[in-house]
Amino acid sequence: MSDVTLPTYKPKEFATDQDVRWCPGCGDYAVLTAMKKMAADLGVKREDFVFVSGIGCAARFPYYMNTYGAHTIHGRSPAFATGVKIANPDLEVFLISGDGDLFSIGGNHTMHALRRNIDINIVLLNNKIYGLTKGQYSPTSEVGKVTKSTPHGSLDEPINPITIALASGGTFVARTIDVDVKGLNALISRGAQHKGTSFIEVYQDCNVFNHQTWFYATQKDTRPENTIELEHGKPLVFGTERDKGIRRNGDIVEVVSLNGEFSETDLLVHDENNLAQAFLLSQLYHPEFPEPMGVFYVDDSRPSYNDQLHSQVDAVKEKHGEADLQKLITGSSTWTVE
Amino acid sequence: MITTKKDKPTSLPAVSVRFCGDSGDGMQLTGSHFTDEVALAGNDFATAPDFPAEIRAPRGTTFGVSGYQVQFSSNEIHTPGDLVNALVAMNPAGFKTNLEYVQPGGIVIVNEDEFNKSNFKKCGYEEGYNPLDDEVINAQYKICRVPMSRLTRESLTNENDDISVKDIDRCRNMFALGIVSWLYSREIDSTIEKLQNYFGKVKNKPEIAALNEKAIKAGYYFGETAELFPSQYEVAPAKLKAGEYRRISGNEAIVLGLTTAATKVNKAIVYASYPITPASDVLHGLARLKQFGIRTFQAEDEIAAVMVALGASFTGDIGVTGTSGPGLALKSEAIGLGVMMELPLIVVNIQRAGPSTGMPTKTEQSDLLQTMFGRSGECPVIVVAASSPGNCFHMVIEAVRLSIRAMCPVIFLSEGGIGNAAEPWLIPDISKMPDIEVKHAVVTDEEFLPYLRDEETGSRPWAIPGTPGLEHRVGGLEKQDGTGSVSYDHENHALMTKYRAEKIQKLKDVIPDLEVEGSGDTLILGWGGTRGSILTAATMLRDRGTEVATAHLHYINPFPKNLGDVLKSFDRIIMPEMNNGQLQMLIRSQFLVDVKGIHNNCGRSFFVEELADEIESLMNGGNA
Repeated sequence: MSDVTLPTYKPKEFATDQDVRWCPGCGDYAVLTAMKKMAADLGVKREDFVFVSGIGCAARFPYYMNTYGAHTIHGRSPAFATGVKIANPDLEVFLISGDGDLFSIGGNHTMHALRRNIDINIVLLNNKIYGLTKGQYSPTSEVGKVTKSTPHGSLDEPINPITIALASGGTFVARTIDVDVKGLNALISRGAQHKGTSFIEVYQDCNVFNHQTWFYATQKDTRPENTIELEHGKPLVFGTERDKGIRRNGDIVEVVSLNGEFSETDLLVHDENNLAQAFLLSQLYHPEFPEPMGVFYVDDSRPSYNDQLHSQVDAVKEKHGEADLQKLITGSSTWTVE
Repeated sequence: MITTKKDKPTSLPAVSVRFCGDSGDGMQLTGSHFTDEVALAGNDFATAPDFPAEIRAPRGTTFGVSGYQVQFSSNEIHTPGDLVNALVAMNPAGFKTNLEYVQPGGIVIVNEDEFNKSNFKKCGYEEGYNPLDDEVINAQYKICRVPMSRLTRESLTNENDDISVKDIDRCRNMFALGIVSWLYSREIDSTIEKLQNYFGKVKNKPEIAALNEKAIKAGYYFGETAELFPSQYEVAPAKLKAGEYRRISGNEAIVLGLTTAATKVNKAIVYASYPITPASDVLHGLARLKQFGIRTFQAEDEIAAVMVALGASFTGDIGVTGTSGPGLALKSEAIGLGVMMELPLIVVNIQRAGPSTGMPTKTEQSDLLQTMFGRSGECPVIVVAASSPGNCFHMVIEAVRLSIRAMCPVIFLSEGGIGNAAEPWLIPDISKMPDIEVKHAVVTDEEFLPYLRDEETGSRPWAIPGTPGLEHRVGGLEKQDGTGSVSYDHENHALMTKYRAEKIQKLKDVIPDLEVEGSGDTLILGWGGTRGSILTAATMLRDRGTEVATAHLHYINPFPKNLGDVLKSFDRIIMPEMNNGQLQMLIRSQFLVDVKGIHNNCGRSFFVEELADEIESLMNGGNA
């Protein structure tokens, strides 16, 4: 393969002639920019990309990428993407959708794509609100959310996409924020190279219906205090002065100051391959804890569903040799009418 | 061959037999073996299983009864028969629930040993009542009491002390089969061979094979010596078209048809499905055929199944999903997406009695209007319907052909009554079947327009991901004519709506005309699984001196182009359907013809005689 030249593109070659119709200031623009950059740099031919989505603002994504694309129906895009990979495992499939699409109406399909480890890349644009339908609370909205459909506050506990992804058997589970173009780029590229389902949650600002919901985690002054960057093999340090850390204390974790009795050696060290720890980290919520960003968990050992399917097909073909259709149709028990 | 010294058997033109017992009694297997015996004897035949949804209902209860009916004949036949000549009842529950299917004077062979107090109670007979002693019943039927349990044990225990009683008791069905095989002069050698092969070779239990062989022989000799029956019977071979035949069920025919289609279109088939009665056997059958380019996928639900199929079609394979009525309802939004994306998609719907969960193991034709219209918006799909088990093979290949040509989802309709029924099938020569043409978009100097229509077919080009230069986006939003870009333009929507309907109507040029058989001023028009009943009823009417013509629609959207002319050429159109008149409604509205309907909503096929009577009544001015 060494003599194969990988294709190179400029990000703008991935733009389509369609006007982008997201609201001005929408967090989706940043993701689109990062995605075009990623696509240009990934070394995959443009014709081998397929962008798939469901319904919602984020689901308009495929129209803005000059690749093959399918804007499907609400919640069902993981199944459509699965069909694409079953038919042609060589395609690089991205699934871009929102929190309502992937965790409310399509929760079932998201879970099953993850457990099967279909080799697709899921990018969840989580804005904790229904944007396209003009502002109802979503499955990731906090309890008490006052919206048009919940004038007295929402009652249901929000779903945690990272926890669900881990529990569903996800083999690449990560989180980032829309305004961190560099981090977004790095994560999406790494996720694309992962063999199996990559799942990336993006904290995305809906500046019309849920503006500032993520500001605690995304602004220059708030981000260092309220988020923590996960780096494999590194202790969990955070804070503007990098003077705080996450320490494990028996069955629980706690935030400790590094200015007193604790030092970095007392802190929890991030291990991307530790599922139990990843689960623990997924349960850290603002404001008690900084919310982790980066790769929670990776398992490179599990084969993807599509690889296994095609191996199975090959094995059966080898076992049976040349398939004889006439023999199959004739069957084993026949009689002749003269 | 086992020979008998009895008198010459009485010859009958056709016979129907029904086997019934507990769902664990092996009645389906018994019926299936008997069907093979009549097939090898050269009879035409038609079968109908009648099983409960419960896999192993409590023993002895009426809801746990499993039945299998087969009619075999010296003439061409199309139905498993109305009332049977002989019933085998392995227990009182089977007797109680199946006696109504026996014709007056018919033979009823019962396993007398099971007719005890405990079993009477289980199936709800009054205390102290034994139906075998009922004078009314005895006056109406020829009841043959056979202590099958005891006789089977006595035949099998003497030298095999290490064989369990349970294993011996499980051979009772073969004892019963032996009796029936003798009664109708069918050879048991082929069954013995199959038992030896299955238990001896496949299961590696030669001792069980030996037990079953002994049991069927014991039953056969018992039939010969016991003099329980008025006569031995025989049915002469039928004069079928010459050639090599096999037995086929509707669901098997779908499996073989799709596999053949994959070869003829030279593409992989992705069959994505969620288990549902009575369609699951198609998934099971295809799952074993990976070597033929079939990829099966058991999805997490019905919606995922159709979406996986559609994703596969988008990627250039043939996406197929299979289901039954409730599953079709769940798939409707995704089928609409297929209509909008204009991609091939084959939806196999094996109908069952509804609404809702309804009666999963019983047949009906009540999804036609759902199939035609059960989606949001003006959302036409291609609709074809199979009329018999063997016909499923041909029609599912047609479904693939039409779906590719029009770039449009097709719903292929079968019915539980076709899917599980079996008939002789003249094995086709695959090499003589035409290929299915498929054209994919290629790069040219012109800009690629994903919604530019082919003049002849009206369909858009199929461009496959991985092809450089044809990158494009499809989706559920309305498409601009030509470019396929999202469009909210009023005139464009009207135009695209017209195009989506028109390309289906253009298929009229490539489907066969409706054929009419027979003559007279009355046409019996049907579709789907009623064909056997209609043909047989028409023959019965002609025998009564009443001329009727018949025709059967295999293509429902579009209709054959001569349908209007056919309808106009008759004074009276009668349409029997296993629903409340769904095709009747379509034909009336489209052709303004006063079609009279005959409706059956009882979860089983028409009884031929009843149907003939109702047709005659309508012809004599009666009301439907």
